[in-house]
Amino acid sequence: MTTSAISRRHFLKASGALIVTFTIADGLTQAATIPAAGKTVAVSEVDGFIAVDEKGRVTLYSGKVDLGTGVSTALRQMAAEELCVPLNRVDLVQGDTALTPDQGVTWGSLTIQLGGTQIRRACATAREALLARAAEKLGVPKETLQAKDGEIVRAGSAAIPYTQLIGGRQFEMKVDEKVRLKSPSTYTIVGQSVRRADIPGKVTGRFTYMQDVKVPGMLHARVVRPTAMKADLQSLNDTAAKKIPGYVATVRKGSFVAVAARDEWAAIRCANALQAKWSDWQGLPDPAKLWDHVRTTKVVKDEVFQNVGNVEAAKNSAKTLSATYDFAIHTHGSIGPSCAIADYKDGRLTVWTASQATHLLRKQLANMLSMNIDNVRCLYVEGSGCYGRNGHEDAAADAAILATELGRPVRVQWSREDEHGWDPKGPPTLLEHRASLDASGNVVAWESVVYIPDRPKGFEVTLVAAELAGMPKDTAFPGNIHQSLAIPYTFPNVKATARWLAETPFKPSWIRTPGRMQNTYANESFMDEIAAVAGIDPIQFRMQNLKDARGIECIERCAKLANWAPRKAGSRDNSDIARGRGFSYIKYELVRTYVAVVADVEVNRQTGQVRVTDFYCAHDCGQIINPDGLRNQIEGNIVQTVSRTLVEELKFDRSRVTSLDWDSYPILRFPDVPEIAIDLISRPTEVPWGAGEPAAAVVPSAIANAIYDATGVRLRSVPFTPQKVLAGLKRA
Amino acid sequence: MAATYTLRVNGKSHTVRVDDPQMPLLYALRNNLDLHGPRFGCGLGQCGACTVHMDGRAVRSCNLPVSQAAGKNILTIEGLGTPEKPHPLQQAFIEEQAVQCGYCVNGMIMQAKALLDQNKRPTEAQIRQALAANLCRCGTHVRIVRAVKRASEMA
Repeated sequence: MTTSAISRRHFLKASGALIVTFTIADGLTQAATIPAAGKTVAVSEVDGFIAVDEKGRVTLYSGKVDLGTGVSTALRQMAAEELCVPLNRVDLVQGDTALTPDQGVTWGSLTIQLGGTQIRRACATAREALLARAAEKLGVPKETLQAKDGEIVRAGSAAIPYTQLIGGRQFEMKVDEKVRLKSPSTYTIVGQSVRRADIPGKVTGRFTYMQDVKVPGMLHARVVRPTAMKADLQSLNDTAAKKIPGYVATVRKGSFVAVAARDEWAAIRCANALQAKWSDWQGLPDPAKLWDHVRTTKVVKDEVFQNVGNVEAAKNSAKTLSATYDFAIHTHGSIGPSCAIADYKDGRLTVWTASQATHLLRKQLANMLSMNIDNVRCLYVEGSGCYGRNGHEDAAADAAILATELGRPVRVQWSREDEHGWDPKGPPTLLEHRASLDASGNVVAWESVVYIPDRPKGFEVTLVAAELAGMPKDTAFPGNIHQSLAIPYTFPNVKATARWLAETPFKPSWIRTPGRMQNTYANESFMDEIAAVAGIDPIQFRMQNLKDARGIECIERCAKLANWAPRKAGSRDNSDIARGRGFSYIKYELVRTYVAVVADVEVNRQTGQVRVTDFYCAHDCGQIINPDGLRNQIEGNIVQTVSRTLVEELKFDRSRVTSLDWDSYPILRFPDVPEIAIDLISRPTEVPWGAGEPAAAVVPSAIANAIYDATGVRLRSVPFTPQKVLAGLKRA
Repeated sequence: MAATYTLRVNGKSHTVRVDDPQMPLLYALRNNLDLHGPRFGCGLGQCGACTVHMDGRAVRSCNLPVSQAAGKNILTIEGLGTPEKPHPLQQAFIEEQAVQCGYCVNGMIMQAKALLDQNKRPTEAQIRQALAANLCRCGTHVRIVRAVKRASEMA
């Protein structure tokens, strides 16, 4: 295997396009040169997604990208299956705005569900076209032919390889939205735990991440951020920086400050040597009063997302319950800080980036630099794991400004402090829940309100560099964080309201399972609270309020996996290490993936430490493309969210983020990682749904419910720190 | 103050000229020697993504001055094996598919090698303890522990 070297050339002769690619790992390629004229990127065209060269190699062009989830292997499986070619003959180019269709941001657990399905239809259209061409050539009915291993075969005749029918030429046809798809019963590639192509390179240090890309003649740059988030630059002295060997240039645009050098260490030294004076700014709320601040923030509007019956009419019930939940501000915390390279030549900008949204970034960069979008190209290169809109786009904007200012390729590598301090944050989320019960303990009304920052129209998140430099900028989209506030249960009266707020302390963005995690945390904790009051087993309580057979099966399989013994919620364990188990369930956004989990916890009554020992998960995302890849995603969802639930919380003062490293923003470590058991519910004939987020949604509530089961203490504030546990135990 | 050092990396000697003796070893490996297996994660010695071995010990190359590495035997993940001929630990990580983004995996493998060099048959608890100072954000921990265990059983 060759890496990071030009090793394979694709000549798309019919279009006159020459695309040179370098191989990152087997099956993953990255286009490296500009000329791509003639290659359509239209999602409506077969040629937008695939090309077959003279040797029969297939290149798949995907607008959805692999953020470290292994989905590139799954997408290749879907393409190879539908096109009827061996998997090892399919290469993937992802997230290149000049070559790949705009399939939207790689977000929302939609890569397989939407992106993969688009690719599947394009490949099926191509396969049917090849069958038709072969039929014409042979003068036989299409129905007598079969596509297999890159050839059209017919009993008793010589096979016709695809190369004879299409090799090196374009399909020049629309994707047939109603094309005949292969029957899942005939699948040989989809549904298999195919090993990931990127792993051998990754475990031997040969894989090329964004952070490893080198462009000839590039400078290394570092940005210098304000000491307060919205402070203005008052003065800048670069005398000392200029004396450092390797110094090349200081760039100042408004409050955007950066320094470029010949080598990376020189850039770091120069940045440290810059003397910048910033204005005072103390516009952040008092962190001790964060939830008061959220509650009193100006409301733009209330929007009702579920309205069943009439909750007002049920107000005079036998019993009412209410609870307030809050969920801390979180940072993305990718292990590798963001990095990008930009090159500006002859009025054209090329940006190498690990952005999950190269097409959207292209638009943002063109807007910021007042350039024609046709002159901007963004190329995706996989970076460190990305779980939402983190700092990648901002590093790209830094590099883009510097490249245009300096006229040379510039690499910007963020520091750990840049990443923790300046990536956009998962906003603080406050929820208020209320329920009314009749005399027999049945729920007659359910009401929820979530306080979240308002959504602008576009999906952009404001670029840090554009803000600091005073250049044209976009609004900040927090993600569809109202999702999963609505509940799957059949209560007679339900009302779920999003209270859209005019502002939030930090620039918001989506972090894995945005909103769905916070909303499900409150919903499923509150379900547990009601079950406890009604004296019903928490699983039984959900089942008796569900009418969804698939959901019920998921819950039953989880209960079996966990060997769940029916229990009245809130049984107490008085030992020093109190043990308990909690349940949680979701039908994601009420329209897709089902997940049911049981968490087992140990609560140390002396220290307040919570340890999650085991997680049991039943998971139904319909058709499974790669079972082992799916398990890997579910495990990741669970472990990452145990971390977010137990230990993660952004710290700040009135001016800036103060949790700027891994000591002040800790994440879960090996000794505290739970054992995980998974039951995959395989439904080959159903549509494939997403799995990148749903399993995360149920984790905080399952843990909260387990802690209650162990101790009788309700934790309604994430993270569940020892201090909060001890305070709860004291009150109990 | 510019200086020239001889670095012995993966069994080969290299001459590296640097402007600053305080430059961390990581930058010499990645930029001067094109060995990008060791990764920049924090520059603070907190996450372990940059781990290499120096005279047989696992060290954090992001805050180790290159001057202190001169004359020592440095081993990076590239020196263990290749995609074609992986080291047993690397093979075990492939078998277990113990990678999500894989950015941390350099540190996991180099730290695990230091453990297995000392303790050929560690328990799961010992593996978890040995990796306690290595951070993974994707949540690949359970697979990583399984991979190290498998490697210990392969040897």
